[in-house]
Amino acid sequence: MVLKAFFPTCCVSVDSGLLVGRWVPEHSSAVVLAVLHFPFIPIQVKQLLAQVRQASQVGVAVLGTWCHCRQEPEESLGRFLEGLGAVFPHEPWLQLCRERGGTFWSCEVTHRQAPAAPSAPGEDQVMLIFYDQRQVLLSQLHPPTVLPDRQAGATPASTGGLAVVFDTVARSEVLFRSDRFDEGPVRLSHWQSEGVEASILVELARRASGPVCLLLASLLSLVSAIGACRKANTVASVLLDVALGLTLLSWLHGRSRIGHLADALVPVADHVAEELQHLLQWLMGAPAGLKMNRALDQVLGRFFLYHIHLWISYIHLMSPFVEHILWHVGLSACLGLTVALSLLSDIIALLTFHIYCFYVYGARLYCLKIHGLSSLWRLFRGKKWNVLRQRVDSCSYDLDQLFIGTLLFTILLFLLPTTALYYLVFTLLRLLVVAVQGLIHLLVDLINSLPLYSLGLRLCRPYRLAGKCCVLDSCPWAGGGEPHLWALQKQGQHRPLCLRPGSRGRHEQVGREDRASQSQRSAGPAASRSWRDSSAGAGSDTGRSRPQAFVLLLWDFLGLGA
Amino acid sequence: MEDERSFSDICGGRLALQRRYYSPSCREFCLSCPRLSLRSLTAVTCTVWLAAYGLFTLCENSMILSAAIFITLLGLLGYLHFVKIDQETLLIIDSLGIQMTSSYASGKESTTFIEMGKVKDIVINEAIYMQKVIYYLCILLKDPVEPHRISQVVPVFQSAKPRLDCLIEVYRSCQEILAHQKATSTSP
Repeated sequence: MVLKAFFPTCCVSVDSGLLVGRWVPEHSSAVVLAVLHFPFIPIQVKQLLAQVRQASQVGVAVLGTWCHCRQEPEESLGRFLEGLGAVFPHEPWLQLCRERGGTFWSCEVTHRQAPAAPSAPGEDQVMLIFYDQRQVLLSQLHPPTVLPDRQAGATPASTGGLAVVFDTVARSEVLFRSDRFDEGPVRLSHWQSEGVEASILVELARRASGPVCLLLASLLSLVSAIGACRKANTVASVLLDVALGLTLLSWLHGRSRIGHLADALVPVADHVAEELQHLLQWLMGAPAGLKMNRALDQVLGRFFLYHIHLWISYIHLMSPFVEHILWHVGLSACLGLTVALSLLSDIIALLTFHIYCFYVYGARLYCLKIHGLSSLWRLFRGKKWNVLRQRVDSCSYDLDQLFIGTLLFTILLFLLPTTALYYLVFTLLRLLVVAVQGLIHLLVDLINSLPLYSLGLRLCRPYRLAGKCCVLDSCPWAGGGEPHLWALQKQGQHRPLCLRPGSRGRHEQVGREDRASQSQRSAGPAASRSWRDSSAGAGSDTGRSRPQAFVLLLWDFLGLGA
Repeated sequence: MEDERSFSDICGGRLALQRRYYSPSCREFCLSCPRLSLRSLTAVTCTVWLAAYGLFTLCENSMILSAAIFITLLGLLGYLHFVKIDQETLLIIDSLGIQMTSSYASGKESTTFIEMGKVKDIVINEAIYMQKVIYYLCILLKDPVEPHRISQVVPVFQSAKPRLDCLIEVYRSCQEILAHQKATSTSP
């Protein structure tokens, strides 16, 4: 039979040591419960294991060695580990090894005695299965039907192999009481080594708010029925968005606030235009004590003033319709708060359109001036820009070319301060508007990408789960062929554990699918599609702030587009 | 090793069978069902809306039209979430078990795992389905009380319903693994 070694995922990155667990000969499975680190005294280890055996009625023993080589593989360590087999006799003796960076795994099984029955061909196959210890510990498996002719205490021999694994892990709680960080004779690494809850405040809050947690847990189970972590986060954000939007809608439509808003809008636009006119008058005079070129100043100033005058007339033309428009825009808040905010950002852009126009005119003029200046400066020095060769070449100009060129250069140079000042002022105004819009977009992104589902999971983890299945991720051995590496994981909080092959190719560090703590730590983009709904990250769409983002999310959620 | 072939189901729709060969003791078969066709969606929507319009002309109440829109939307969402299966996967691992996964159009996944100790055999059965005679692949489970009896028959690929040629491919691969498993297993 294939030898199955169940290894906890929390021990994948720990240092070398001994494998402590239980060997089930009927199913040819070795369930590793913890890793015991060096240095240790064998007598104390044997004492601890005897205590655990007595307390939990589980036959724990030292099953083999675990070797994690971070740098070059050490020869002496390898021989030392082999020698440990003599100190802790166990049949069969497992030697698991993980090399450099975790891309290569190896597993050797040594049988000390000759097997009693002749082994069938292919018996040397080993299957390494990773399992998430906390989830296996806290989940329940359906008990096998108790047969009538057996006593109530004895475990039926026809129990499935996986039920034995679940049972072993669940009954070995005594072993998990001491940790590698505790001061004791023996240092063990298991699921408790990662820390159950880092913040005592969160634990206390969770204890205090029992019914709230229950309610949240039931809501989360509804959301998680939709899909795995990433989709659930999206769904939770959309739901929050719509809830906030409906609140905003009810606030806006009560007590004719829209009317007040519409009444205030036109005077505000007028006020802004007046301020702009004052600014232009200031620029046309002697701004900050600088002396401008009077003629150019007057031309530019009058041009911009006329522009503002046109804009004001346009606003006054629109004023009867403003209330209707605002009413319909307010109605769009029922699609979500982000939609309303995006529309607000667009309205700001429309209302400050004249500032944008001024910026464009100023920028164009300035750009032309700078180009002209640089070209004439080259002429002044006797050089030319070679378009073919894309470099500056020397050129001999005629006298009249030089004369006119120098004249124009002087004119442009002395007109530069005026243009530069207009450009600077309007760029600053435009930056102000862009900053306001940017803040709104930031708010929208925050609402969209807050990982509410993962946060909720962390706060109120619903534990109890009854299912018959196990999640497995597969990663091939280095060097192809057998044996195969599998990982036992849970897919969702309220769904049965199930088998899932993952990406092929290099062995990646097993993705902790639904570990809410993990997903909180890594709030980056979601994992690739090859892990099929597995995700360690929160929302991925940071750039989506417009209403069309909402439509795309809905499309994705319905699965019609993919 | 992975390969993909296209077959057809009992109604003539196109199915894609993706076979993944992880190792001699582990295979995976993934059947993708045909997508929700625009034609059927339009047909259902038009029927519902025509019926609603007919009711509206009788009752002169505009709420019926809004209700029809809501019903169509909710019905579509419910159909995608509870009924429409996009993909069905069968994963068979020697000495561990067999797993069947159905993934719905809304992203929901439902799985069933059967341990290898409970599996007696995998066979292709014939059945009378409406006016047709179809073939289907099923897993036979052992009875815990009497190991020679069959306690349950679990059909596989129920919503994809492939034809015999596809089933034969899957059947052959599964039998290779089961034969290997029976040769090396110690229990009867």
